[in-house]
Amino acid sequence: MLLLECPWCGPRSEEEFSCGGEGHIVRPLNPDELDDAAWGDYVFMRRNAKGVHFERWRHAHGCGRWFNVARSTVSHEILAVYRVGDDKPKVAP
Amino acid sequence: MSGRTAEGGRIDRTQRLKFQFDSETMFGYPGDTLASALLANGVRVVGRSFKYHRPRGLMAAGGEEPNGLVRLRRGGRAEPNVRATDILLYDGLLAESQNRWPSLKFDLGALNDRLSPLFPAGFYYKTFMWPASLWPTYEAVIRRMAGLGRAAESPDPDHYDKQYAHCDVLVVGGGPAGLAAAQWAGRTGARVILADEGAEFGGALLGNGQRIDGGAGMDWVTGVVAELGEADNVRLLPRTTAVGYYDHNALVMLQRVADHLARPEPGQPRQRLWQVRASQVILASGALERPLVLSNNDRPGVMGAGAAQTYVNRYGVRPGRRAVLFTNNDSAYPAALDLAQAGVDIAAVVELRPTAPLGWLSRLDEQGIEVLADRAVVAVEGRGAVKAVQIGKLNQARDGAIRGMGRRIECDLLCFSGGWTPSLHLFSQSGAKLDWNAAMGCFLPGDAVQAVRVVGAANGDFALQDCLDQGAHAGNFAANQAGQRRRGRGPRTPVADAGPDLTAPLPIWSIPGGGRGQGCGKAFVDFQSDVTAADLRLAAREGYRSIEHVKRYTTTGMGTDQGRTSNINALGIVAEALAVDVPQVGHTTFRPPFAPVTFGALAGRRIGGLLDPVRRTPMHTWHQANGAAFEPVGQWLRPYFYPRDNETMAEAVDREVLAARSSLGLMDASTLGKIDIQGPDAAEFLNRIYTNGWKGLAVGGCRYGLMLGEDGMIFDDGVTSRLGPEHFHMTTTTGNAARVLDWLESWLQTEWPELAVYCTSCTEQWAVASLCGPNARRLMAALCPELDLSPEAFPAMTWQAAKVAGFETRIFRIGFTGELSFEINVPAGHGPALWQAIMAAGEKYAITPYGTEAMHVLRAEVGFIIVGQETDGTVTPHDLGLGRMVSGKKDFLGKRSLSRADTSRPDRPQLVGLLADDPAIRVPEGAQLIAGANPAPPQVGIGHVTSSYYSPTLGRGFALGLLQGGHGRHGEAVHIAYDGNAVRAVVTPPRFVDVGERAK
Repeated sequence: MLLLECPWCGPRSEEEFSCGGEGHIVRPLNPDELDDAAWGDYVFMRRNAKGVHFERWRHAHGCGRWFNVARSTVSHEILAVYRVGDDKPKVAP
Repeated sequence: MSGRTAEGGRIDRTQRLKFQFDSETMFGYPGDTLASALLANGVRVVGRSFKYHRPRGLMAAGGEEPNGLVRLRRGGRAEPNVRATDILLYDGLLAESQNRWPSLKFDLGALNDRLSPLFPAGFYYKTFMWPASLWPTYEAVIRRMAGLGRAAESPDPDHYDKQYAHCDVLVVGGGPAGLAAAQWAGRTGARVILADEGAEFGGALLGNGQRIDGGAGMDWVTGVVAELGEADNVRLLPRTTAVGYYDHNALVMLQRVADHLARPEPGQPRQRLWQVRASQVILASGALERPLVLSNNDRPGVMGAGAAQTYVNRYGVRPGRRAVLFTNNDSAYPAALDLAQAGVDIAAVVELRPTAPLGWLSRLDEQGIEVLADRAVVAVEGRGAVKAVQIGKLNQARDGAIRGMGRRIECDLLCFSGGWTPSLHLFSQSGAKLDWNAAMGCFLPGDAVQAVRVVGAANGDFALQDCLDQGAHAGNFAANQAGQRRRGRGPRTPVADAGPDLTAPLPIWSIPGGGRGQGCGKAFVDFQSDVTAADLRLAAREGYRSIEHVKRYTTTGMGTDQGRTSNINALGIVAEALAVDVPQVGHTTFRPPFAPVTFGALAGRRIGGLLDPVRRTPMHTWHQANGAAFEPVGQWLRPYFYPRDNETMAEAVDREVLAARSSLGLMDASTLGKIDIQGPDAAEFLNRIYTNGWKGLAVGGCRYGLMLGEDGMIFDDGVTSRLGPEHFHMTTTTGNAARVLDWLESWLQTEWPELAVYCTSCTEQWAVASLCGPNARRLMAALCPELDLSPEAFPAMTWQAAKVAGFETRIFRIGFTGELSFEINVPAGHGPALWQAIMAAGEKYAITPYGTEAMHVLRAEVGFIIVGQETDGTVTPHDLGLGRMVSGKKDFLGKRSLSRADTSRPDRPQLVGLLADDPAIRVPEGAQLIAGANPAPPQVGIGHVTSSYYSPTLGRGFALGLLQGGHGRHGEAVHIAYDGNAVRAVVTPPRFVDVGERAK
């Protein structure tokens, strides 16, 4: 049961949140120009990182806001919490 | 003699408690556990073993007890598989032994012991594999024979609670180390929780009589507990077992609030499940004494030396008359002295090591107790109880006994001490690794992964002084780590008398059988799962290398005790058999729960009506009063149909459908998801979300829209209306409302933050009455006389704000039946009054309320789809024949996926109508479509039925389905397979009823 720090509400238990999977996936601006493989990469392909994973979380049973988390998938250590639109923070794995 | 000592122990001898075990009445005292009271009453056999049904007695005094499982209480309060050592005695307690038939003394299942060659390790996979057809028979018998207790026969009348808590320092274990930790953490002002599974704090001091500061150890305990009890920042939780250690210092603990009472006090829960988030955790979980593995080491009367010591010191109970102690470390010596002091005749202490420790030797000598060093107990005699032990000298290799060096000693109690295993289940659950310490013959904590430290015996520091020092230091340190600036102030750390040195046992994982006669009996490793040393060696011979596989194959460590007493011995034996070191074998994964947790505690208050919230519409009371049958749709309860008199469901639905088609029907559509969307970019946003175009929709207009996921598959549908230039009212399917709002929010927040759009759920703010049928306009004219309702002034797919029966409403010319429809939205509070006004005014048109089933029939007759019924996450708009809904001009979510190779192939499953040759047949939804008339497998499915009803309008059954390449197959025949039959059906367009001009 993770303890996540919502950037707007502070530390809360995992059960208040929903995880939105890998973060920093940008929707292509020109979908029509992409071939099937490139579009398929955007829609379906995700990293399965051992170590630092940048992912999206939503404070679903709180303020409802999305934010980003850098989490170690090995130790579940939360390495950083940052807002949508912020750049990936530099974190040591 | 066995039984109660004349004095001593932590029991109240002024008060007698009456209890029953297997319908025999017995007596005990407050302070007893069921286990100590049974021993005091001379009960040796407390249960039958799992597989071989061997008679078993108590082996331990605490939570590691593998044998003494009983069924406690009766009726709805009955609880199976409770450890007798955990049950505090109360007046009127009822307990029954388990796994025996017809009685504990005479158990037919004991035949298994004689037939044991049939039940080697993995016998499920071997003995009963052939012929395969007989397995169900074997299985039924095995299930009856092997197993533990029976569950309660009736619902539990008690209630269970959950509690969440936060603290700076959570201390698990209330022995000397844990108490010192809680004391010193508490003195800093930190918020402290101290939990111990026992009823009394003190841990090992309760049983071993060690001294602190020149006085009784328990006097020190009493002082500390009093100090903690007075501190506002400390919460003491006795009878509370930490069962799970999860991420980020989240621990789950089970508190037995009222299990020591016949029934809970009024308003008191029986148990409470704690979920604690601790800044820092201190594990002072102690150590468990290991059995020695030898022939017939499971006979009633074989017991841990520490357990025997606890029974005499804490409970004033002698577990036997004449005892032999067998040890590979120092801890049996003080136990022998305490047993002798309590009047147990000590026949001998058998020391496995070459020499006995000198200090203890002289103290035993003073008492005239014989010590036989460099010897081993090689066999136990007696079946229902220990009668004698055989002693021998082991050869150099320690794989056999030297003949002629033996001796037989009569006794009724054999106390073993095979060394101490730090209890590291929780530490391991926290994600940390354990390190093997060869000298100490046990695993010790490795580096912590979370904010936790292990102290005292759990850390391998068995000496009392170390426990006190480490606990105090850890308490102070953890409180400071948690943010307490202050250091704890108080008297100096107490000084403890030196106890036995437990750090140098001689590990011999199993004692070779050297006895005569019964000497070749089974040597048990896991008592609860009936696993012997021979089973483990067999698994190794059969090629099992991974300890995780050995565990599952032999079932060692898989009982409710999680292998507390067996794990290390099993590892040692497997390592020996594989000729590798213990660390190479590793240990099995420790998983929560550490101790069994009742379903009641896990469910808490979420039972019956509180399991899941029920949502009701504003008009619910009217539906109830008018006899509606209800259907759950998500969390909503919706009217299913309204039976009149003795109507069947089918009769009621037919009547409701025909009324809507011929005159007037009314449905409660309040459950539809409703989202209010505002902002300058609202139209642009909808343009990106929906497949069709939205910018051209005029204020006052309504439009049907499809939402796709980025994979191109239909996700939701509904009608959205433009209330103003920057204001829309979106409707969603009932079950998907929350998901759609989440979906909209995720795009607005993460991908398109530049769009100024605001979404608000207003599902529950509006009550919706959906009126439909050829007489709908006539009724509306009566309800809102000032409104021009002509098709020219108020055409379909538009909306107007107007008064209906005096209420301010929004009227939408939309519907789901194909008929002339008005959907009237009114603020929720006015819903019931509006509904009744419509019903009253509609009387002259025989207005008929209809439920969800009639709604389904009506919509399917005209070919309207339901998301989740015609779609399943693999269906595109084109598959449903809704290609006209897909804009070619703009981008929208999922658009690019529609032209992927797979989504654009012509033979995808496509929506069609299906009419069976026999009009009376209503095929089941989900039935497979096949090409040929022969339903025998194997078959290649070519589609499936998505909706199927009886249409009273058509007087026949009809269905919708997804059929490969279906759009091009109208008029062809397919077969619908179900119940071993294949029903012939003709493929049609997915539209069966034409309402013509009357819907305008």
